[in-house]
Amino acid sequence: MEILIAAILTIITAATPLLFAALGDLVTEKSGVLNLGLEGMMIMGAIIGFFTVHHTDSVFIAIVSSMIAGALTAAIFALLVLKFHASQVPTGLALTIFGIGLSALIGQSMIGVAYTGIPKIAIPFLSSIPVIGDIFFNQDALVYLSIFMVFAVMWFLNKTRAGLILRAVGDSHDAAHAMGYSVIKIRFLAILFGGAMAGVGGAYLSLAYSPLWVEGMTAGRGWIALALVVFASWRAGRVFMGAYLFGGISILQLHAQALGIGVPSQIMSMLPYLATIVVLVIISQDKSKIKLNSPASLGKPFHASR
Amino acid sequence: MLPSLVKRQTPSKAMIYLSPLLAIFLTLIASILLFLIMNVSPLAALYAFFIEPLSTVYGLSELMVKATPLILIGVALSLGFRAGVWNIGAEGQLILGGIFGGATALFFYDKTGFYIVPLILLAGVTGGLLWAAIVAFLRTKFNANEILTSLMLSYVATLLLNLLMHGPLKDPDGFNFPESRLFSESAILPILYDGTRLHLGALIAIVAVGLGWILLSRTLLGYQIKVMGDAPAAGEHAGFSHSKIIWTTLLLGGGAAGLAGAIEVSGPIGQLLPTISPGYGFTAIIVAYVGRLHPVGVLFAALLLALTYLGGETAQINLKLPIAVTGVFQGLLLFFLLASDVLIHYRVSWGTKLATKLDAKQEATE
Repeated sequence: MEILIAAILTIITAATPLLFAALGDLVTEKSGVLNLGLEGMMIMGAIIGFFTVHHTDSVFIAIVSSMIAGALTAAIFALLVLKFHASQVPTGLALTIFGIGLSALIGQSMIGVAYTGIPKIAIPFLSSIPVIGDIFFNQDALVYLSIFMVFAVMWFLNKTRAGLILRAVGDSHDAAHAMGYSVIKIRFLAILFGGAMAGVGGAYLSLAYSPLWVEGMTAGRGWIALALVVFASWRAGRVFMGAYLFGGISILQLHAQALGIGVPSQIMSMLPYLATIVVLVIISQDKSKIKLNSPASLGKPFHASR
Repeated sequence: MLPSLVKRQTPSKAMIYLSPLLAIFLTLIASILLFLIMNVSPLAALYAFFIEPLSTVYGLSELMVKATPLILIGVALSLGFRAGVWNIGAEGQLILGGIFGGATALFFYDKTGFYIVPLILLAGVTGGLLWAAIVAFLRTKFNANEILTSLMLSYVATLLLNLLMHGPLKDPDGFNFPESRLFSESAILPILYDGTRLHLGALIAIVAVGLGWILLSRTLLGYQIKVMGDAPAAGEHAGFSHSKIIWTTLLLGGGAAGLAGAIEVSGPIGQLLPTISPGYGFTAIIVAYVGRLHPVGVLFAALLLALTYLGGETAQINLKLPIAVTGVFQGLLLFFLLASDVLIHYRVSWGTKLATKLDAKQEATE
């Protein structure tokens, strides 16, 4: 039982960064934009979050700064894609290369700096329930926020007028433009939201998951989050399931050793990447299903002709 | 009087070639700002980055050593990018080439012979081909996005190399360090110019530029690649097989990256290490774009980006600048290039909003 609770707790910490990044990317993609710079925005959030908490000692300011860092990084992408009509795939790649480089540069002074990790918030009474108390009601603020965001994104996309417009822009930017909606403005906001969420996802890595700064510490999680959105068929609820599934896979390496499974650690570390490939293969087979679920204008450039 | 963008009726030929120069210029401006923020004299930094490495014969030879993998991979990737096939995992294919080539070198450790180097290079190509074939298979058979699969396989390749370095390919007399034996004399690429590290791989890279150029401009395959990229529907109507293009471009990319990996381990490195590339596979993506997805352009772009690696090392030694500056440079260059490229299809209009609108309207009716 102890091991099981410990396992579930580590799954939550491993899933949370993926959940933030994938939820943000879901909204961006729903507006018809494919931002492959997720990894770069996450790592910027990771370093800025860590840098800020080290200098201000305030978790709150650190989290907000990481969101701003992610959003600012995303703004570069938005500017290039929306204003300069750059194509989305290479621009996203450039963002990742840039983010990894810039974060390493900023992080020079942070190597070897220790941090205790962000505090857990125990909800009174509920947290003292055996087993489920620790799992559900004794987490840090970001875990609660990530779960809240699942419902918020779900509600926004499906129940609000703004969400409907955003989906319309993503499904047919020409039609949305003809109806008088500003495709550029809506996409700009969606990209910024995606960046802020990726930023806080990155900050979770450097503030909670392993509270220190290591160059390239996102280790492909941004890309896994991109795959998660495909896996989830662009639905928030399934993004949640996917993030926890991958959280589970990525902590196997921690617990395999405890259980005495004699597989080299490198093989265990390969699992999340291999699982991503397997999941993509399974989910992509049915071309018509992908076509049905994905935003129809995803990745296509938009230029208002009139 | 804000400037606005008006679509050109035909893409500007001149801007295709001017845009990289504009991007380089803007990157220089941005890097001067960056150095000022970092409290480093921009003059000293730019000298360390761009002048000092080029001021000696040895420096020039090192430039070519660093450019070699970038040229090989860049030429092959640009073919794929033209066809709309996004092989982002050249880094992994390079690593597999390094593993295969390195294992071959270690297998022939106590042998001598002229046949060993060709075998190493061939093994490297095979390794890269296999890694890319997985991507091509998953893409054509299961429709799995090649960007994500090729990238995931890069992470797997890094871990695989690490695993082998801690296990079977470790130097038996190496005090348990995760490094292989130093390759024997016969497994090392011949040096082209005494006193430098300039090796046979540089010639191979130049040949690759020629082959890439012939393939692109003189063969049916090259024509199919261009059509499939520009107008997939027209290509399919003409009976070109999409999956054939995917397979060919991915295998070309994988083979070239694998070759580059084998060249790296049996050339400048001379053994297998847990890290055999400072991200050449990713930088080659930038090389392909800055080189306008053209083999000859790639040659120049590779030299430029090789200079950022070399300059980064010089600046690290002379000015104690962190090596990460190189990555920032490379990212900035690609940003500015993508932004400058807008001028190929659009022109800047400084007129009033009304005039711009009239312009656009006129163009639409023409």
